Amino acid sequence: MTSVFGPKELVFLLSGLKWTILLSAIAFTGGGIAGLLVAVGRTAERAWLRRAMILYIGVFQGTPLLMQLFVVYYGLGLLGIQVPAWAAVTIAFTLNASAFLGDIWRGAIQALPRGQTEAAIALGLPLSSRLRDIILPQALRIAQPATVGYAVQLIKGTSLAAIVGFIELARAGQIVSSQTFAPILVFAVVGAIYFALCWPLSLYSARLEAKFAAAR
Amino acid sequence: MTPPSSHPAHTEQPLILMEAVEKWYGSFQALKSVNLSVSKGEKIVLCGPSGSGKSTLIRCINHLEVYQKGRIVVDGISVADNPKAIDIVRQEVGMVFQGFNLFPHMTVLQNCMLAPIRVRGTGKAEAEATARQYLDRVHIGNQADKFPAQLSGGQQQRVAIARALCMQPKVMLFDEPTSALDPEMVKEVLDTMIGLAQDGMTMICVTHEMGFARQVADRVIFMAEGEILEEAAPDTFFRSPSHPRAKQFLGEILAHH
Ligand SMILES: Nc1ncnc2c1ncn2[C@@H]1O[C@H](COP(=O)(O)OP(=O)(O)OP(=O)(O)O)[C@@H](O)[C@H]1O
Ligand SMILES: [Mg+2]
Repeated sequence: MTSVFGPKELVFLLSGLKWTILLSAIAFTGGGIAGLLVAVGRTAERAWLRRAMILYIGVFQGTPLLMQLFVVYYGLGLLGIQVPAWAAVTIAFTLNASAFLGDIWRGAIQALPRGQTEAAIALGLPLSSRLRDIILPQALRIAQPATVGYAVQLIKGTSLAAIVGFIELARAGQIVSSQTFAPILVFAVVGAIYFALCWPLSLYSARLEAKFAAAR
Repeated sequence: MTPPSSHPAHTEQPLILMEAVEKWYGSFQALKSVNLSVSKGEKIVLCGPSGSGKSTLIRCINHLEVYQKGRIVVDGISVADNPKAIDIVRQEVGMVFQGFNLFPHMTVLQNCMLAPIRVRGTGKAEAEATARQYLDRVHIGNQADKFPAQLSGGQQQRVAIARALCMQPKVMLFDEPTSALDPEMVKEVLDTMIGLAQDGMTMICVTHEMGFARQVADRVIFMAEGEILEEAAPDTFFRSPSHPRAKQFLGEILAHH
């Protein structure tokens, strides 16, 4: 079946875009929450916790995301757990994001002057308050540009999910392109959509960086 | 043995008691059998050459550092007997650092309100009233809504003192509170500390401000290489130090001033 690139095809691309946004949002939110735990564990006093988090971060940063997708997708199947493609993809991206965000925030926590924690301890503040009131607010502020930068990478990275049959924006583009035989036009449109999604974030990130540079 | 208790200490019982405290950083011994007893209301000035263990000593009192041997009892509470007592000890001991260590993302007022609210469970209104009272006392009440970065070093250090006082500690520890300050700001911080001393606060101050020591200290303690080598009234210590290391140290200090 061939067709021309018309409104129907555009709607199909936009339905792919919906999944791209949804997958990115879930991975970023879930990965953010888990990433906080990773960052806190990675900077904890207990050595075994730190080592466990070093291993966790190392595994996800040191292996291709593609492999992680396959492992989750086929691995769960081998364990007898049948999951739809979208669920496997979401789990893989969330785990991956938790490792990368966790490491970004780990760096920010370690960049804080030691005196901040010492003053908090000397005031008698318990660990929960030290994290919530002193460490994380400052660390997340320092890490804001890098965090937004990672979000941009994540959005573009979700195109990898096409490999296991998940129809997000890039995969939708491929399908439309093979139906219309107009790859240049179709991928130009797909690229423009990615750009419209990521460019504002990049701008925002650059503005944050300028703001922090000025505040220093 | 003193039973762990949060009751006010007897007047005879020292507020701080260090018995044969030894501390190692790895294989390096930073404190060598330190014995020290501080009564309620007493003001101690701790001095000695760089690296002699002054910071380490006072940081052991509120367990910012762990020590390997000996015992420290604060207001009748010994952490060795009851590890949970660390939290109580930290509530009773205020600390002021060389580098202020204010929380930069909070206003001056928030800096002062945080610990009473989180640690003592004080209500917001009461915490604010207390904070404003202590900020007034260090003459900085009109800066309550500023952020630390908007204040001078001397002002920041006075906020740090107020922040510690808001927990209404029984003892205040000062670790070279004026060393990071421009000379013109040293006096305002020392004056604040003198006021605190006059109000009867128990204080241990690591400082090389000899004028302050003369005016305020009940005892000067001299340390070198992790050991307390001399303890004397300030007049005696400055006029006729007995230990050769103390003589040499005073000579160097005076040469600088
Ligand atoms: N975290 C640490 N690890 C290893 N050695 C340390 C550590 N902290 C301090 N030391 C060593 O312990 C000794 C005592 O240090 P401390 O900071 O107590 O000295 P100080 O008398 O306060 O010196 P200063 O006047 O320079 O502040 C020094 O020799 C120092 O190098
Ligand atoms: Mg020191």
